[in-house]
Amino acid sequence: MIAEAGLAALWFAAALALLQLALTAFGLAGGKSDLLGAVRPVAVAQGVLTAIAFIALIALFLRSDMSVLLVSTNSHSAKPWLYKFAGTWGNHEGSMLLWVTVMGLAGAAVALFERALRRDTHMATLGGQAAISLGFYAFLLFASNPFARVTPAPQDGQGLNPLLQDPGLAFHPPTLYLGYVGLSVAFSFAIGALLTRNVDASFARAMRPWVLAAWVLLTLGITAGSYWAYYELGWGGWWFWDPVENASLMPWLAATALLHSVTVLATRDSLRAWTVMLAVVAFSMSMVGTFLVRSGILTSVHAFAVDPSRGTFILVLLAFYIGGALALFGWRVGAVREGAQFQMVSRETMLVINNLLLTVILGVVLIGTLYPLMTEAFGHKVSVGPPYFDRVAGPIALTLMLAMAVGPLMRWRRDQAGVVARRIAVPAAIGLVALVTLALTVGRTIGVLPFAGLVIAAGVGVASLAPLWKRNLLRTPLFTWGMVIAHLGCAVSVAGMAADSAFTQEKLVAARPGDRIDAAGWTIVFDRILPIAGDNWTALQADMTVSRGGGTPVAIHPQSRFFTTPPTTTTEAALLTRWNGQLYIVLGQEADQGRWQLRIWWKPFVTFIWLGGALIALGGVLALIGRERRGWQHKWRGRRVEA
Amino acid sequence: MKRLMIWLPLALFLGALVLFAGRLMQPDDHLVVSKLVGKPLPVFTLPPAASDRAGLTSAQLATGKPRLLNIFASWCVPCAAEAPQLMALKQAGVEIDAIAIRDARPDVDAFLSRWGNPYTRIGLDARSGVQIALGSSGVPETFVIDGQGHIAHQHIGDIREDDVPKLLALLERAK
Repeated sequence: MIAEAGLAALWFAAALALLQLALTAFGLAGGKSDLLGAVRPVAVAQGVLTAIAFIALIALFLRSDMSVLLVSTNSHSAKPWLYKFAGTWGNHEGSMLLWVTVMGLAGAAVALFERALRRDTHMATLGGQAAISLGFYAFLLFASNPFARVTPAPQDGQGLNPLLQDPGLAFHPPTLYLGYVGLSVAFSFAIGALLTRNVDASFARAMRPWVLAAWVLLTLGITAGSYWAYYELGWGGWWFWDPVENASLMPWLAATALLHSVTVLATRDSLRAWTVMLAVVAFSMSMVGTFLVRSGILTSVHAFAVDPSRGTFILVLLAFYIGGALALFGWRVGAVREGAQFQMVSRETMLVINNLLLTVILGVVLIGTLYPLMTEAFGHKVSVGPPYFDRVAGPIALTLMLAMAVGPLMRWRRDQAGVVARRIAVPAAIGLVALVTLALTVGRTIGVLPFAGLVIAAGVGVASLAPLWKRNLLRTPLFTWGMVIAHLGCAVSVAGMAADSAFTQEKLVAARPGDRIDAAGWTIVFDRILPIAGDNWTALQADMTVSRGGGTPVAIHPQSRFFTTPPTTTTEAALLTRWNGQLYIVLGQEADQGRWQLRIWWKPFVTFIWLGGALIALGGVLALIGRERRGWQHKWRGRRVEA
Repeated sequence: MKRLMIWLPLALFLGALVLFAGRLMQPDDHLVVSKLVGKPLPVFTLPPAASDRAGLTSAQLATGKPRLLNIFASWCVPCAAEAPQLMALKQAGVEIDAIAIRDARPDVDAFLSRWGNPYTRIGLDARSGVQIALGSSGVPETFVIDGQGHIAHQHIGDIREDDVPKLLALLERAK
């Protein structure tokens, strides 16, 4: 019953999306503006119905209803409840349902709460949102029905991919999805604005919270995904430039550029066409990413729902939405009048540079990701790996960091180069001190890129705090705090990346229980190895005690876990976090006669990578609250005056 | 110039679309083709995998007469499916040697007594080392080896009935 109810809710929601599109189309283009009054209630009802469908699927997973095909292939009756719950979206159909649900709810929110937009643009935006949703409804209902039954119902089910059986991964995909969907709202705003020829500062102010929210969620999703890959896959790396990772990074890069250009548009009414373009590109990148991940046309460690027929469906959606949006852009953008002008030396110029550099990095990542496809079309198989991405994207990213340090210290519209130079003097001096110190201590033992990274991180870290200089910190607006913290987060992250790649020490040993190993200043005593059992896995666990420089010994337990449904082995690395780094130990295979392979890493300041990511997201949250609170205050004051 | 810039994103996107569509229509076959085809076999020495057959060294595969080298395992279902075709090839006078991958002698014995034993020699490759050296990525696979110990052809997957004449022709050509 629950499955049928969920499916019915989904069909109703799809019908309402069609109605919503028709109402806006006839209301706006046909001049029947009385039709527009029904758009907002329809959008809200559509959101509620998608939520009902999604809750139905969660219920099916929690009850382990094995007569539903999706549950029986992706869950198991013996699974801990958290993973039954997370199993709802740990698969193709469920994650697509999550996608339309978030989109439906976002559409309802746009209908209910959006007040800043002109009425016709607001309605056109809701129409655009309905048009996008329709494609995804069709995809779900015709190509990936999550509620399909199976007869006879299997007893226990096949289980969730054990790699996904981890709290980090239970919540990483929904976070990213929320981000993607937030970008779809920004996309609809851009479409609405192009259709009604209304690209201006008020449009940017309406779009900005959506971009900010989407960007915060993407940041959190990418950071969490990176940390998950780091501790779960057991190879000690935190970023592999895998197509699936790139699929999440590319929308983030576009969203970062959009976030800055939308601020220029909102404050200075400049960069109109460019901002609209970025809104289209940002969502296009999330769609292209989805396509690459789910069609199986690129080889990836994630091998997620590989299915050419589904790929064809998404490809048609891509052609329709992105192609349509870019055509609309080409057709209408000529009508978007140029906004306000600015001088060479100004914050606007720095933001344009930021946008160009981000776009170049986006291009580099996109080309690297698609290059194997291009060469294969000509009959050569190549793979593009970390060396390309690191060497090409790395220097551009460091240049971007420099722009990030200078930009916030400049005034809008026009500034004087000499004054800016004085403001930047202290951070530059600190960068110089870092440069000399590093050159004298580690010098040529580390690579150029990590070296530059450490120097720039020091200078930019200080520069990012400079906007707070000589200000009353209590009266500094929250969004300024947000910017400062987000920029500081970038410096912290870069410092972590550079320290990890410059100073990591690795040791591979084959050890017997009872052995004593010295690695990177740590003493590791391999006490014993024993089998243990968990909820739905068994494992071999190595008990070790580690200590450093005569300190208190700490017990740690790397494991190699074995899951039976489906049969898979996962690595549970032992991580010991200290203020200045992490000790990372992986239990490998039995080498011979009771000796076990152990991989030991000491990774100085590696945690800064994710700490920085968290700071960036926190900065985004503060900026969002700051901007929105100001909006609410204006509204309240306005109401009081009216009363 | 400006008009061109406006339409450039659409043009790039259409290019990518064509690329994606082309790639979707030709899904990857995921076969790993050995880089050693046309090259000499790597040098190896393997212990016997079955009680009544000798082990295998690479030198024994370069005796002037073309032969087949079959990569199999007792735990591999398609290997059982291709057993009748291997027997047919043996009946046709083909000499077949084999490498058993990640196997144990009792299991190999049981497999051969159940499905027949077309092999002259069977080497045991307990850790897949030789398999990897050969550029083979799975079981079953069959290599056509010419008289000089060069790999003339790699057959990936189980041998079906219609593959038998093809393999016989390849062996004839390898003489």
